[in-house]
Amino acid sequence: MSHVPERYEDELLSEEPLSDELLSDELLSGELLSVEGLSVDYFDRAEPVHAVRDVRLGVRRGETLGVVGESGCGKSTLVTALTRLERPPAVITAGSALYRPREGEPVDLLRADERQLSALRWRHLAIVFQSAMNALNPVHRLGAQFVDVLRAQRGLSKKEAQERAGELLGLVGIPADRLRAYPHELSGGMRQRATIALALACEPELVVMDEPTTAVDVVMQRQILKQIGKLQAEFGFSVVFVTHDLSLLIEIADRIAVMYAGRVVEVGPARQLYENPAHPYTAALRNAFPPLRGPRRPLTGIPGSPPGLRHPPAGCAFHPRCASRFAPCDTEEPELLPAGAGEAACHLPTHADAPRTEEAPDATD
Amino acid sequence: MPPTDASKPVLEARKVSKRFTLHGPGQYGKEVHALEPVTLALHPGRITALVGESGSGKSTLARLLALAHPPTSGEIRLDGERIAAARTARGKRAYYRQVQMVFQDPFSSLSPVHRVRHILGRPLQLHGGAQDKAARERQTVELLERVNLTPADQFIDKFPHELSGGQRQRVAIARALAARPRVLLGDEPVSMLDVSIRLDILNLLGSLRDDGLAILYITHDIAGARYFADEIKVLYAGQLVESGPGEELVRDPRHPYTRLLVESAPDPDRIAPPPDPDGDDAPPGEPPSLVDPPGGCRFHPRCPLAVPQCATTFPPRTHLSAKRWVHCWSHDAGVPQIPQADPVPHTDCPVPHTDRPVPHKDKDNSP
Ligand SMILES: Nc1ncnc2c1ncn2[C@@H]1O[C@H](COP(=O)(O)OP(=O)(O)OP(=O)(O)O)[C@@H](O)[C@H]1O
Ligand SMILES: Nc1ncnc2c1ncn2[C@@H]1O[C@H](COP(=O)(O)OP(=O)(O)OP(=O)(O)O)[C@@H](O)[C@H]1O
Ligand code: SF4
Ligand SMILES: [Mg+2]
Ligand SMILES: [Mg+2]
Repeated sequence: MSHVPERYEDELLSEEPLSDELLSDELLSGELLSVEGLSVDYFDRAEPVHAVRDVRLGVRRGETLGVVGESGCGKSTLVTALTRLERPPAVITAGSALYRPREGEPVDLLRADERQLSALRWRHLAIVFQSAMNALNPVHRLGAQFVDVLRAQRGLSKKEAQERAGELLGLVGIPADRLRAYPHELSGGMRQRATIALALACEPELVVMDEPTTAVDVVMQRQILKQIGKLQAEFGFSVVFVTHDLSLLIEIADRIAVMYAGRVVEVGPARQLYENPAHPYTAALRNAFPPLRGPRRPLTGIPGSPPGLRHPPAGCAFHPRCASRFAPCDTEEPELLPAGAGEAACHLPTHADAPRTEEAPDATD
Repeated sequence: MPPTDASKPVLEARKVSKRFTLHGPGQYGKEVHALEPVTLALHPGRITALVGESGSGKSTLARLLALAHPPTSGEIRLDGERIAAARTARGKRAYYRQVQMVFQDPFSSLSPVHRVRHILGRPLQLHGGAQDKAARERQTVELLERVNLTPADQFIDKFPHELSGGQRQRVAIARALAARPRVLLGDEPVSMLDVSIRLDILNLLGSLRDDGLAILYITHDIAGARYFADEIKVLYAGQLVESGPGEELVRDPRHPYTRLLVESAPDPDRIAPPPDPDGDDAPPGEPPSLVDPPGGCRFHPRCPLAVPQCATTFPPRTHLSAKRWVHCWSHDAGVPQIPQADPVPHTDCPVPHTDRPVPHKDKDNSP
């Protein structure tokens, strides 16, 4: 398998080989957001929680990037830091997050001041959290909340804002007559869809969704996902979609980043992660979902439980639960290196001492 | 433990219904029609999954079976004997020796102030007949081993907060098993757990089933139900709408709501986007109000196959085979097959898995 990202393959074939430098420039310019070396600690006690550790991650224009991992692996910490909504005791201890808007200068979100950030919110960056109640003000009618945002952020007149609010709600399947409703008068699914519409009110370039559908059931979830897809096709924004449901991401995401113990351990095209995962944790996670169809193969969980992040295990943090581990795993931390059309942080494909097999790695044998 | 005859149900709900009377301003005297008359039988050595969307009445049915609410109509039968609402503490205790429940949230269902030893020792003393300390200790260790919390001495002195979510849920299951029940009612026992841990618990339920326990498994996850349950029953807005062996029901759902449920489930092997029964723009609607439920089939306002009588009359049960039935006026209307890719071959699967034979004839489905 080639180590070149899929979308550059034909360029490479049809033209003269690009130098590495050009290639990486080309690669980066496709990214709306480039995160490098991001670390976030919670300083709540003498020994901090290392919730996000040295994360490198790119979000490409117009793509849906899934972020998946078990509870407590740092997904929310990562996206709140990226959107600069981190709250004490969380502290960003290192890294950069270069945001490249379609118009205007690139900004390092991690170094931006409050003024710069508030200029970016709504019109560039929007966030949807799991609990829709937090995003909607319970004492204001739904319509008023849309109108406020549209007037303040986009300078629309009251009348224009009202019209636009009706359109936006229509996009997520809420009839315009519900503009006069208070949030508690809507069903949970409707509230969640209203929050999504509100996040999109100013046509942002990057929409971060932290478990937007975890609290709703599958039928409603499907409905919401379909609406998000339609809106994305219309507005062309990028989505970072956080969930613990890998089987869902394989269906809806273009690329997936798998987190374990605060690190990104694998990132790559969704299909590849499903069909040919490079990291034993990805494989184990995939194998933990009962498939909806096909023969019923025996399923195994992942032995043990996720580590605490005050003292993450040395070496590869997954090694205590990994069936493929070998000599260096408990001492040397694997780097995120190219694997197929993506990257993986595992010694197995790269380490000189790795047992050589043709088999895909698997933590569940 | 009384002898188990796999062909006879241990626990039955016969035409049980439940209405909740609302209080509160503006609602006085209104009723929630949470469950319409439902008949369901649990057999030894069988997992029956109950699936349905939020608010469809799954927990209500489980609570009726657990005698937590009296049914508005209908009856609960244990070994064919009618349970006269066991009001006395003694009557309840006798019932709970046979029927135990496991809840969704292992964080709140275990007392935070007691150690595992006490959490398990207490029901052993109450139900298990373990009177002296040594016997209790021995049985506690056995329970921990049964739910794979081994070595037991590493867990017996722990408080719930010192355990992971999966370990806590195992303790909750061990506590339910302390009474040596014949029926386990699991109300979303794995929904709050990480996938990696879920499987362990589901495999544990599978082995308890193999030991002869009758299990009700309530879940939102139809893929998991197909995997672990012998049969699936689908509840919509308080009405049971379809029932059958899991595999068949998922492959060929015959009620439009079951179809919507299957099509909505995450499925990495799906290639076409899921068909939208209401056309491209209309979302498939909201669940109905249960205070003023739609007449006839409660799914009719959302149903792409609705015919006029759907709005007036609840469809009768149509038996599709010995083990399958459906309540739908349009059950044989065009059933589009969902396109699917070949499932990805998984490399870890040396053991071919055959469907576990169900060791008895299915007789419970007639109303
Ligand atoms: N305010 C806080 N103080 C101390 N530790 C925290 C705090 N918030 C989160 N953590 C810890 O940081 C780690 C990462 O938490 P985070 O919420 O980012 O995980 P997550 O992947 O979003 O999990 P979930 O799937 O449960 O939402 C966890 O180990 C958590 O216990
Ligand atoms: N004590 C009660 N008083 C009034 N209404 C109730 C009560 N308990 C349940 N209900 C209502 O009965 C209906 C069925 O609720 P139930 O909890 O059985 O649903 P469920 O299928 O378990 O849903 P979920 O998947 O969300 O757990 C709901 O409309 C609920 O609001
Ligand atoms: S093989 Fe080693 S590096 Fe790879 S996941 Fe397993 S323990 Fe980690
Ligand atoms: Mg989170
Ligand atoms: Mg419930």
